[in-house]
Amino acid sequence: MSKTGQSWGRYPQADQTIISISDRHAALPSVAGSALPHGNGRSYGDSCLNDGGTLLHARALDRFIAFDPQTGVLECEAGVLFSEILDLVVPQGWFLPVTPGTKFVTVGGAIANDVHGKNHHKAGTFGRHVLSLELLRSDGSRRTCSPEHHPDWFAATVGGLGLTGLITKATIQLRRVAGPWMSGEVHRFKDLDGFFRLSQASDRDYEYTVAWIDCASEGNALGRGIFTRANHAPAHPDSRPTAPSRRLRVPFTPPISLINPLSLRAFNTLYYHRQRESVGHLTMHYEPHFYPLDGIGDWNRIYGPRGFMQYQCVVPPTRSADCMETLVKTIAASGEGSFLAVLKQFGDVPSPGLLSFPRPGATLALDFPNRGPRTLALLDRLDDIVANAGGAVYPAKDARMPGKYFKHYFPAWESFSPYIDPKFSSSFWRRVTE
Amino acid sequence: MQKVVIIGATSAIAEATARLYAARGAQLFLIARNATRLTDIAADLRVRGSQEVFHASLDVNDLDAHAHVIEQAWAALGSVDVVLVAHGTLPDQAQCESSVEVALKEFSTNATSTIALLTSMAPRFEAQRSGVMAVISSVAGDRGRQSNYLYGSAKAAVSAFASGLRQRMAKVGVNVLTIKPGFVDTPMTREFKKGALWAKPDDIARGIVRGADRGRNVMYLPFFWLPIMLIIRHIPEFIFKRIKL
Repeated sequence: MSKTGQSWGRYPQADQTIISISDRHAALPSVAGSALPHGNGRSYGDSCLNDGGTLLHARALDRFIAFDPQTGVLECEAGVLFSEILDLVVPQGWFLPVTPGTKFVTVGGAIANDVHGKNHHKAGTFGRHVLSLELLRSDGSRRTCSPEHHPDWFAATVGGLGLTGLITKATIQLRRVAGPWMSGEVHRFKDLDGFFRLSQASDRDYEYTVAWIDCASEGNALGRGIFTRANHAPAHPDSRPTAPSRRLRVPFTPPISLINPLSLRAFNTLYYHRQRESVGHLTMHYEPHFYPLDGIGDWNRIYGPRGFMQYQCVVPPTRSADCMETLVKTIAASGEGSFLAVLKQFGDVPSPGLLSFPRPGATLALDFPNRGPRTLALLDRLDDIVANAGGAVYPAKDARMPGKYFKHYFPAWESFSPYIDPKFSSSFWRRVTE
Repeated sequence: MQKVVIIGATSAIAEATARLYAARGAQLFLIARNATRLTDIAADLRVRGSQEVFHASLDVNDLDAHAHVIEQAWAALGSVDVVLVAHGTLPDQAQCESSVEVALKEFSTNATSTIALLTSMAPRFEAQRSGVMAVISSVAGDRGRQSNYLYGSAKAAVSAFASGLRQRMAKVGVNVLTIKPGFVDTPMTREFKKGALWAKPDDIARGIVRGADRGRNVMYLPFFWLPIMLIIRHIPEFIFKRIKL
């Protein structure tokens, strides 16, 4: 069983045949059973797994096709990584229009999950910046899809979890930048109200906003955190820090998770007090700003052999404040805690995919060491809160949401179904629809 | 600006090497059998920074076609700083044992065609009195082993040929670089189970470019294959014939 067939959360385990795709002109290989495209395996749960079937490993589709440095239009194969795009375009004054918290995702994976980033309130999802894509189906047909051509196929494929066929290539509109630097501010806030006030005040003037919250402390410290807001810096910022050069790596999987209630509380308290002032100014290279965890290779190993579960939900604006408080209280009381709790307000830019996750409201992302039934029970409780409030949970990060909730969160799943390639399936899709 | 010719340009190692030269802005002339894939790779290398990318189709076993393609490369580039001969196949040893035709065809692809290409290009490098002729051989050429001795014998021929060519060309300031990769995770080795000794095409490519820059003679890539092959070469035959390798 090859390592490339794992998801980033390393849970659940799956057994599948892996076929590498390196020629975008070739027809799909014929396989017994079902197939699923797999990019760089950075989805956390089982949406990038196909237990008992085949994975079409598309990382070797890694060629650029065309780049116009005047217009910022980039055409490339679907296995190209965001990191490879940044290496190419930042020196030429361009940047990804939208990026998630890791640059080690493929273009195909970013489309299939319609990923979002810290600029969602300004730019919407990644899919909004895809000018066109080519979709190859198991019947040999190829479609060039865009918001104008085959808009139905485009809407199904953006956020379509790889189920509508293999994305072979895509054309993306990049955004201009003056250089690799970011400038912004870091604010400490005492509670969730503080977060919502800061977010409200920042979303107009700052392209990138995000907060980290302390999910281990209760009582007075509940919901405290650190809010970051930033813009791309002008060409000549006051300082020009370089990208961190040394890449650390977690060398092996420890026999047990290093994340436990004790280490969690210590980390969260230290992190909150890391910054002495309540407001700090920062000028930094884009790498530590967008991709703090990419500096540590294989960081998912710290959770030990049982892996971990991510949980990301969104709740509508009218319910954001009370719902977030209930969620954070429930998590803190459970003692499960989360090492990385990230909170952000999505904007109201519509998402282009039938199954896109982002929608207006506040979104909270957490990760929990997999401690079996205890962790699953907590996540079920969170689901009840989110579903009640009319929210949704992010499939790209999920390994356990009940089918009834998936159908509730994504009512378009039925109109999406006819677009699924008859030879394609995933562990996730079977779990939530069968 | 460097001028680089790559034969077998659609192979994984060659493509990774071409990307490194493209990032330096090199002018490239790519040669391979599959014209569609050549066009794709050429487009990619242009985006990655190559000043100019030319390409031509060639079946290396069509020996009569060699001269014309080599002529085209020199005509396009003017002179050549580095040529990388990277084409090859991994023959099915069992088939090579049951069919003389398959055995000789594979030998031709992996040895005869390489010898022909290097022979045709040598006078041009002699006339230039500069440049690097890099050729991908293999650790498999260091000793014939039952599991793939047709491939091994072809690579042994390439290594020995390159060694002699190196002596000849050294007199005129041309360096011949023999590259001996170990196990590399490429489409050619798709069927193998991968272990700790397996390297990525990118790692091999960086070694090739470094070796060409520094005028190296023979490179085992990654380096740890040097001691491994030293041991394998020195196992006495009476023991070697009893072990499974």
